[in-house]
Amino acid sequence: MQVKSMIKSIKDLEAVREKYLPSIQPRLGEANKKSETHVLVCSGTACTSSASQAVREELLHQLQKHNLEKQVKVIKTGCFGFCQRGPIVLVQPDNVFYCQVERNDVNKLVEKHLMGGQVVEELLFQEPDTGERQQKMEDIRFFHNQQRVLLKNCGLINPEDINEYIARDGYFALAGVLNQRPADVIDQALKSGLRGRGGGGFPAGRKWEIASHQEITPKYVVCNADEGDPGAFMDRSILEGDPHAVLEGMAIAAYAVGASQGYVYVRAEYPIAVDRLEVAIRQAQEVGLLGKKILGTNFSFDIGIKLGAGAFVCGEETALLHSAMGARGEPRPRPPYPAQEGLWGKPTIINNVETLANVPLIFRKGWEWYTGQGVATSTGTKVFSLAGKINNTGLIEVPMGTSLRTIIFEIGGGRQGGHRFKAVQTGGHSGGGITEENLDRQVDYDSLKEIGSMMGSGGLIVMDDRDCMVDIARFYVEFAQEESCGRCTPCRIGTKRLLEILQRITKGEAEMEDLELLEELSYDIRDASLCGLGQTAPNPVLSTLRYFREEYLAHIRDKHCPAGVCKELLYYQVVEEKCIACGICAKACGVGAISGEKKKPPYKIDQEKCVRCGACLAKCPKEAIIRGGLRVTAAAAAVQEGVTKHAQSAGIYTNA
Amino acid sequence: MEGTTKQEQFHAEQIIIPPMPETETKQKMRSTEKTKDHKYIELDKVLDSYRGEKGELIRVLHSAQKIFGYLPQEVQAYVALKMDIPVSEVNGVVTFYTLFVTEPKGKHTVNVCMGTACYVKGAGEIMEKLKEELKLDAQETSTDGLLTVRSTRCIGACGMAPVMTVDEEVHGRLNPADLAGILKKYQEQDAGEEHDKVN
Repeated sequence: MQVKSMIKSIKDLEAVREKYLPSIQPRLGEANKKSETHVLVCSGTACTSSASQAVREELLHQLQKHNLEKQVKVIKTGCFGFCQRGPIVLVQPDNVFYCQVERNDVNKLVEKHLMGGQVVEELLFQEPDTGERQQKMEDIRFFHNQQRVLLKNCGLINPEDINEYIARDGYFALAGVLNQRPADVIDQALKSGLRGRGGGGFPAGRKWEIASHQEITPKYVVCNADEGDPGAFMDRSILEGDPHAVLEGMAIAAYAVGASQGYVYVRAEYPIAVDRLEVAIRQAQEVGLLGKKILGTNFSFDIGIKLGAGAFVCGEETALLHSAMGARGEPRPRPPYPAQEGLWGKPTIINNVETLANVPLIFRKGWEWYTGQGVATSTGTKVFSLAGKINNTGLIEVPMGTSLRTIIFEIGGGRQGGHRFKAVQTGGHSGGGITEENLDRQVDYDSLKEIGSMMGSGGLIVMDDRDCMVDIARFYVEFAQEESCGRCTPCRIGTKRLLEILQRITKGEAEMEDLELLEELSYDIRDASLCGLGQTAPNPVLSTLRYFREEYLAHIRDKHCPAGVCKELLYYQVVEEKCIACGICAKACGVGAISGEKKKPPYKIDQEKCVRCGACLAKCPKEAIIRGGLRVTAAAAAVQEGVTKHAQSAGIYTNA
Repeated sequence: MEGTTKQEQFHAEQIIIPPMPETETKQKMRSTEKTKDHKYIELDKVLDSYRGEKGELIRVLHSAQKIFGYLPQEVQAYVALKMDIPVSEVNGVVTFYTLFVTEPKGKHTVNVCMGTACYVKGAGEIMEKLKEELKLDAQETSTDGLLTVRSTRCIGACGMAPVMTVDEEVHGRLNPADLAGILKKYQEQDAGEEHDKVN
């Protein structure tokens, strides 16, 4: 991009907006003077991995071939959120939303739609239950119940062009703030009720207030972009789709507390986000929106990037500070809080990406407007990443207080193929599962806490009857154990012991006393650990014990895994009356556990030798092999009784 | 190692950098100074670009790993010397973060996402199948040195779970049956390059 003239005042900013607004008008559904058509191609990580770049290149190629380059512009945008149906292509101002567009479809799209003016029906989204094809983005149920305020630029502007951000009123909030006293800015942040989106929910304005009262300088603003919570990708999408919003938020925070330097601490696992951030920072510096004497005032502020290196604990603010200073990312006790003593011992405010992206919104539209969104104690909207056993996965934004039922069954399109909904995990490994009975609760910081979970950063993982809750608890504890930095004993050793108990349970080696020990140890770790990682590590255990105790009991007492997940508790059986003695299973078996004679049914599986790989079940042409969680003796009896009938009541899975 | 127990051997392996008196380190470094290969020259450039900036060790190590492919003890010692920080501190940082490796990696790195979304959609099976395909047991790298398989924390492509990356390329909505095809691409590509070299 060419270097433009410096933006030194609000007038300059307005001039840029005037100049570039027409160039994004088609994308807002309005025709511009040149009657351009804009083809928006999602370039988020998910769509890029489903080859959206090949689609983009093919589009450019075809447009050139048909000499359409002048009328039709291809725009690389951030994430639309509908990752499961990627790559997404949106044609504007016609407002036609195409999904799962492949390279081979481009020809059709260009000739039929862009040249012929007809919608390509087969590329439109089809609602999974009704089969209805939707042409407009807002008619799709996934988008219909959303309120995209924070994500309004994601999927609309080119994140690598600062002018498009300015055309969408970008940096005007900063310009407005620079005319006010820092104390007033903090006051508005407090009144807005904005709470930290990283998980804790601490009021952002409070943090700023503490830092502003410190007399030590320099002060720092750090953006926490170490989104480590597995199953959450809100921050990544914001950084990839609208990086300037985060930079503007940081600049406003810096002005409020009197900081002159900021850092974005970002995970190295997010290469696209890092690239976009670098581009955004460079562009803001080039036009003078970062650097010395911003917009003609005495306020100077610059931003650098600090890279993580794969340690989950670095999302904890004191650990993050150590890591940002290039050291081992180990936490330390608080107080002193980072707002008092942070980077290099100086006052530092640390806010998460989504929190900071909310800041320009509050100052552009006013805190009064902001408090009108969401509910009293949790204002604004929240971005969630919806994943797991659900029809529509992706990134969504809803007002705080929306019910989980709306999120999962309306936006998420409900459960998959007739499976029973079991739980939804919020707050990642620090949170807990929420069951059917609590689905109508509104999602906000406090009501989630009441039911033993937490808001967390916004990952929502839906689980159904195919998931074993004990195994899920084991998975989360294993994660916490591996990521434990080792600084404090309760976390380092406690999570290890906790994991061992859970492993015993999933292997069917546990005794009833283990259950008590599990609970007791969980409380000890929660109460005695140094930082949030350890304190919340037992949450998935406590939460599953609370809501799924019978699953634990089934594993311990009956040596049975109701969901059929825990390998050691699974047994493969041949159903005598279905077996045709073809010998395919014996061939498929890698350990020689199946024996029998051809044409003399049935074949038999030696449970001692069987490694439960499931190869026989996959290969059997007659569905004569079943997998179940019953012990051999019981299962053998079941075979005699007529397996299929019994299998259903015992939750045994058949090949069907 | 004869006569030592397994436990002792394990500990011996853990000590990556032998305690070296500083003068000896410097001597060793000076000798490498003379016979510097291009990799160290490249590393010098990186070190120069961060000179005077505070807290850039992790960034330097990222760059060093890109240059060398991994972070052997010599490189750690070199970085420590040049940045004037104790080797122990550099080693402490290298061993703390999972993205830093002290053993050479294969030509391509396969990272299987083990985030929750991927896990509930069968990432465990993907991992098992990969290990089976490449005949990996405890080791991470295939015997031909082509592919290293590791698990990674959430890469944020949860909408397409289960997911794995091969180098920078993301493969989503995986099925164990797809793996052979994906791996083949890299194996053939490599065979092609070898073939080109021979000719």
